[in-house]
Amino acid sequence: MTSTILRIASRYLTPVFLFFSLLILYRGHNAPGGGFIGGLLAAAALILYAMACGVDAARAKLRIDPRILVAAGLLTALLSGALALFSGNSFLTGRWVMLHLPFLGELPLGTPLLFDLGVYLVVIGITLIMLFALMEED
Amino acid sequence: MNLLLIFPITIPLLTAILSALAWRSLKVQRALGVLGSAGLLAAALALLMNVWRGGIQSVQMGSWPAPFGITLVADLFGAIMVALAALTGFAVLLYSLGSIDERRQSFGYFPLFQVLLMGVCGAFLTGDLFNLYVWFEVLLIASFVLMALGGERGQMEGAVKYVTLNLVSSALFLAGIGILYGKTGTLNMADLAQKLRLEPQSDLVNSTSMLFLIAFGIKAGAFPFFFWLPASYHTPPVAVSAVFAGLLTKVGVYALIRCFTLFFVQDVQFTHTLILALAGLTMVTGVLGAAAQNEIRRILSFHIISQIGYMLMGLGLMTPLALAGSVFYLIHHIIVKTNLFLIGGVVQTLKGSDDLKKIGGLYKAHPLLALLFAIPAFSLAGIPPLSGFFAKLTLIIAGLKIDSYLIVLTALAVGILTLFSMTKIWNEAFWKAQPAGPALDNPAAATVTGGAFRLLLPVILLAAITVLIGAASEPFFALATRAAEQLIHPEEYIRAVLGGKP
Repeated sequence: MTSTILRIASRYLTPVFLFFSLLILYRGHNAPGGGFIGGLLAAAALILYAMACGVDAARAKLRIDPRILVAAGLLTALLSGALALFSGNSFLTGRWVMLHLPFLGELPLGTPLLFDLGVYLVVIGITLIMLFALMEED
Repeated sequence: MNLLLIFPITIPLLTAILSALAWRSLKVQRALGVLGSAGLLAAALALLMNVWRGGIQSVQMGSWPAPFGITLVADLFGAIMVALAALTGFAVLLYSLGSIDERRQSFGYFPLFQVLLMGVCGAFLTGDLFNLYVWFEVLLIASFVLMALGGERGQMEGAVKYVTLNLVSSALFLAGIGILYGKTGTLNMADLAQKLRLEPQSDLVNSTSMLFLIAFGIKAGAFPFFFWLPASYHTPPVAVSAVFAGLLTKVGVYALIRCFTLFFVQDVQFTHTLILALAGLTMVTGVLGAAAQNEIRRILSFHIISQIGYMLMGLGLMTPLALAGSVFYLIHHIIVKTNLFLIGGVVQTLKGSDDLKKIGGLYKAHPLLALLFAIPAFSLAGIPPLSGFFAKLTLIIAGLKIDSYLIVLTALAVGILTLFSMTKIWNEAFWKAQPAGPALDNPAAATVTGGAFRLLLPVILLAAITVLIGAASEPFFALATRAAEQLIHPEEYIRAVLGGKP
């Protein structure tokens, strides 16, 4: 069941989805969004690709095993909590730095965002593990 | 800021992550499992020493001050439980190296095992009621997957019963948390303790406490909510049911003791008398259920229930001595029960079955195993000078001191019936000759006995600790007494969490 329209559309839609998922991940700290929703969106992008081109193609496109994504995400979240320990604060204390970028202005980056990135990866990984397994069954 | 408090949560998490990263290499996963569990044990013992020397410790997660953020607290009771969890985890992990088949190992047994330990340690350390719920969910999910891992028919059946009942319990717990939050506006347990102590006794708080009692009663396997336990605990591989038997129901007992000493203390006459009645009934039904069973692991499953009754008895009596008895009982029981399940597993590997009708002659063939069985079995039944004797003695003295003769009589009678059950296993599995009929000797047994040392090592370790607790009960009893004092007088706990505030 591969339609040409879907296949071509997915080629263009998947990057757009992924870009918006990152955007939503970033704005999530103070506005609606965040790692969970961003992760679901990114997973949806890859699932769309898998529906259009087949699971094997999607796996090949993803390159890494979704399980590794889960582990990497958990590790990122754990590290974001542990970073505060180096400055003598308790576990999970939020730390922020301001990046001054030439065109974009000020870009605040902090450990809560890093934690969210961990959530993002875990959600992508888990969703893909489950859905790939279901799609490969039939 | 205290690193030791977060280690019991972060070490298993890190081990689980690294094991998941090493998904393809079982060798690396095994090594990581051993390292991680040993690290957890070391951290837990260090925490226990620290709390013993320096009093109750707390740390505010994310530096949010106490009633608003999540606090991790380690009082002596919590630290003891963490140490026991780490010890059980270590012993069972060693056992599972030689007993869990490759297929289960390759489906993520080791990462899941660590997640389970993380959930248990988190539940013992948290000072926040909702966070406790979260840890319950973490360990429920991990334990559900561990129970179903392998996908045998019996396992699925057991796992479905297990998860359904536990979800009901979680829903009740969550409802109780909601009501309590609506009434007091706080979820911090120390803050709750302060606020509820100022309240006059009310039906709302009483009925909420009943929701908690039922929720934790289901988790602990107390009467009349125990039926999921014997229906599921014998289905998964031995190592899994050993860690469940040792730890999971005890998380329920821990939560009961924590809640009903810290903040549900307005109407002790009502709540704790009810708990005492439940304790008695739990003991009796558990031990009678065991008498009707014929498979080692099923017998032991029912004995978990009857032993839960003893732990609740201490809570129901609610005197410092009785609570010390409960804590001592927990120390003794977790080690002994895990060990008995492991020995049941060794018997099953040797004989290919743990049905008492089909096996026998183990004493002649494996005298060391018989000795190793005798230690925890007679400790469980409360034969001096093993650890179970001192645990039961403490509870019974505590009962006599406040003239609760009925529960004391029940406890004594159940002790005798426990002895009967243990003697039954001894007679049937170890003493009588191998019954005639088709040879049930496991063809794999020959190869297993070659590697039997790996299976026996954790058994020997736990048996040695049981003997140690019996032989040198004084320091353990001092530990339990101090833990009980902190439970009865929660002022230090409240101060440790909320800081200088009155």
